[in-house]
Amino acid sequence: MSTDAGTRTTAPTSGRIGDSPLRPDGTLKVTGEFAYASDLWHDDMVWGVTLRSPHPHARIRGIDVTEALAVPGVSAVLTADDVPGENAVGLEHADQPVLASEFVRYEGEPVALVAADHPDTARRAAKRIRVDYEVLPAVTDPRRAMDDDAPPVHRPGNLVRHLHLQRGDQAATAPVVVSLDLEVGMQDQAFLGPESGLAVPAEDGGVDLYVATQWLHVDQRQMCLALGMPPEKVRLHLAGVGGAFGGREDLSVHVHACLLALRTRKPVKMSYGREESFFGHVHRHPAWLTYEFGAERDGTLVYARARLLFDGGAYASSTAAVVGNGGTLGLGPYRIPNVTVDAYGVFTNNPPCGAMRGFGCVQAAFAHEALMDELADTVGVDRVAIRQLNGMREGDLNITGQVIDSAAPVAELLEIVSGLPMPPERSADPDLRSLPGAVGNTTHGEGVVRGVGYAVTYKNIGFSEGFDDYSTARVRLEMTGGEAVATVHTAAAEVGQGLITVEQQICRTELGVERVVVHPKNTAVGSGGSTSASRQTYVTGGAVKAACEAVRAVVLDRAALRLGRDAAELRLDGEKIVGASGEVLAGLAEVLGADAVEETREYRHRPTHAIDPVTGQGDAHVQFAFSAHRAVVDVDVELGLVKVVALDTAQDVGKAINPDAVVGQIHGGSAQGMGLALMEEIVVTDGHVRNPSFTDYLIPTILDMPPMQVQVLEYADPHAPYGVRGVGEPPTISSGPAVAAAVRAACGKALRRVPIRPEHITGT
Amino acid sequence: MRITTTVNGTVHEVDDVWPGESLLYVLRERMGLPGSKNACEQGECGSCTVYLDGEPVCSCLVAAGQAIGREVTTVEGLAGDGGLHPVQEAFVEAGAVQCGFCTPGLLVAAHDLLERVPDPSDLEIREALAGNLCRCTGYEKILDAVRLAAARQAQS
Repeated sequence: MSTDAGTRTTAPTSGRIGDSPLRPDGTLKVTGEFAYASDLWHDDMVWGVTLRSPHPHARIRGIDVTEALAVPGVSAVLTADDVPGENAVGLEHADQPVLASEFVRYEGEPVALVAADHPDTARRAAKRIRVDYEVLPAVTDPRRAMDDDAPPVHRPGNLVRHLHLQRGDQAATAPVVVSLDLEVGMQDQAFLGPESGLAVPAEDGGVDLYVATQWLHVDQRQMCLALGMPPEKVRLHLAGVGGAFGGREDLSVHVHACLLALRTRKPVKMSYGREESFFGHVHRHPAWLTYEFGAERDGTLVYARARLLFDGGAYASSTAAVVGNGGTLGLGPYRIPNVTVDAYGVFTNNPPCGAMRGFGCVQAAFAHEALMDELADTVGVDRVAIRQLNGMREGDLNITGQVIDSAAPVAELLEIVSGLPMPPERSADPDLRSLPGAVGNTTHGEGVVRGVGYAVTYKNIGFSEGFDDYSTARVRLEMTGGEAVATVHTAAAEVGQGLITVEQQICRTELGVERVVVHPKNTAVGSGGSTSASRQTYVTGGAVKAACEAVRAVVLDRAALRLGRDAAELRLDGEKIVGASGEVLAGLAEVLGADAVEETREYRHRPTHAIDPVTGQGDAHVQFAFSAHRAVVDVDVELGLVKVVALDTAQDVGKAINPDAVVGQIHGGSAQGMGLALMEEIVVTDGHVRNPSFTDYLIPTILDMPPMQVQVLEYADPHAPYGVRGVGEPPTISSGPAVAAAVRAACGKALRRVPIRPEHITGT
Repeated sequence: MRITTTVNGTVHEVDDVWPGESLLYVLRERMGLPGSKNACEQGECGSCTVYLDGEPVCSCLVAAGQAIGREVTTVEGLAGDGGLHPVQEAFVEAGAVQCGFCTPGLLVAAHDLLERVPDPSDLEIREALAGNLCRCTGYEKILDAVRLAAARQAQS
């Protein structure tokens, strides 16, 4: 079998923190040898498939699996009755059945499983399962979900969370008032590697699951409850992950594949196709946003009032935390003395929504940035200047009363992006490929208007509101074949972002060795926490640093004893024990001998706190990251087609551990924000997903993306390891509003819904 | 049915292929060549791109039977005895690989572009790679990689 994610490799290039060494898995990924979850196989394996509900809301009166079981090649058909433990899983609240029993609450909810010797046999058999549904009225408009007469999706009602936040004078007035209503559509993470896993039943009665995920241990906790097994019997191994972006935080194939494997006593592979993937993971919450800003005549903000409504869909997932982010951060990186915010997350019979890159801040940023432009125009102040006038500075309080206690370079980021070279003007005879509509030959430049837009944002890094957010690292140092080798073992998921490269860089920096092996990620070591909230370089980076420091202390103590020196005078560099003035005192090989030194450490960032349930005040967040974008677009105002000409950005990353990878994150994050502004939406009508394919759900292509100029600031956060600040999410938050603003500037329309469609621009 | 196809210079013969199987499925699940990827399986993402008799195709859209007696080159066949192909090297070095799921298809498409147009303009690169979706990189470093590979090939 082939199951390792391919991480048991050594780096071809040296590189410490601040360098940009190449990914250790890069060569495997360009030769096709890297084993993604969907590439796994076993000689004896069978295939599992899922039967899903066709209805947004229905009662299951009965399920008849007889015909499915009779299909030659089928080895198992399972329903809710076959779940041995709790038939309930969930990231924050265990409210979702592993397999639906009495009710289905959204289109696509898993109802039954089939294992067979060929995936098509399994699919054909699944179609022969007869489910007797009584279709029920569905709640599909989240704005009506809390009405008295709305049918409850769950008991006792359809409210997941209401966050009320108030600060300052609740009756504040101002001479200038601007307001808007804005709607944000449902975005999909659209990671390219489909949900997949291979479950292998073990001789001890347990199971090993090789799976693509973002947090092995939170998966394990849910799986143990559902399978009725202790953690030592439910072992998870990270398979190669083809992108994540929040869409792999919730369970997908995990319990299903294990149930089938334990029943058939055979390895079971499950791998979704793209259509099933659209039903198989949560999406970004669509949102309805009502905002009002009051300001002095010079544009200085006096008050803000906001109501944010997030459609959580049928199950809770991480909706409560998204509401927390939207509520506490949803007014943007501005100083506002008087604030009232009400943020709601509701249950409906729409697809469940949860984590996606930017997590509650993305939706809100479209509103606060559109309103800042409105305010600028109303008071007659430049759109960049009004943001600089109101932008947070270090030492300010945010709207929950938390001190911004490290860099908050809002004004500087805007200064940088507004000063970057503009793209050249469109030529008189432009290449079709550079125009809206491109080789569709819809224009040669006539009717095309250029627009420029700006946006700035801030985002919390790490888990908030008192969550015990930690990571674990085990580091081992030993001599192998005459060479010092460090092995770093964490359970923190590598999803493409480059954490494994960062782990190597930290080991090289702290231990002074060239060769660092990244151990395959699994649950044999403590939790690495989630690969989300832009937190892994910070938190798992902190754990790797701490484990390295512990290993180093042991080695230097040994060296001190041997050399008759004070350990405090010694350091490790280039596989040598080095004295205070750089003189080589001993080789690492002499000190280590045949021993391995291994230490395991947990790292926690400084604690955060729950917000006050009445006022919404409190130190909810651990760190804030800031970014700004400038978008330049050409809009064919007659056809409503948009070409983004430039998308430039500046971001403070605290300390760029791997500068090239930082820029890569900023590029990719910006593309996803641009996608939401212009093209990406899961269209849901009456609870049914209308476009579950890459034919109908569009993500930016290389022709859609413009060249980007990226400027990175490094204002170290004194509270974070090496001064790092999370990188991955801010670009996804500020890029979309900048693009939307540029389109508004070009076409002169208010455009209060994203993604912006051609008919919004043309008004037809 | 029996499928006999030359893949990366080696004749592969597989039996008991169901006629509904795609070339992508047969490569991945029956020939032990999972390098070509299965991101959409309807010809939209390009991650399964392979050469079929020298033409780049989405192998998910080719019925396995259509490949009988023909020559297929996959990402696994791009590297030569001397190591990685310059396009592969450039993707690694330029940071064009993050999660890497789109990479095999992009490599074949970029390889094909540089065979046809050794010194492509940025617009030519964008047009040639417009059928390959990437969700991680925003494409900037993919452009860098193709430019780098073109420059290296021009030198050699």
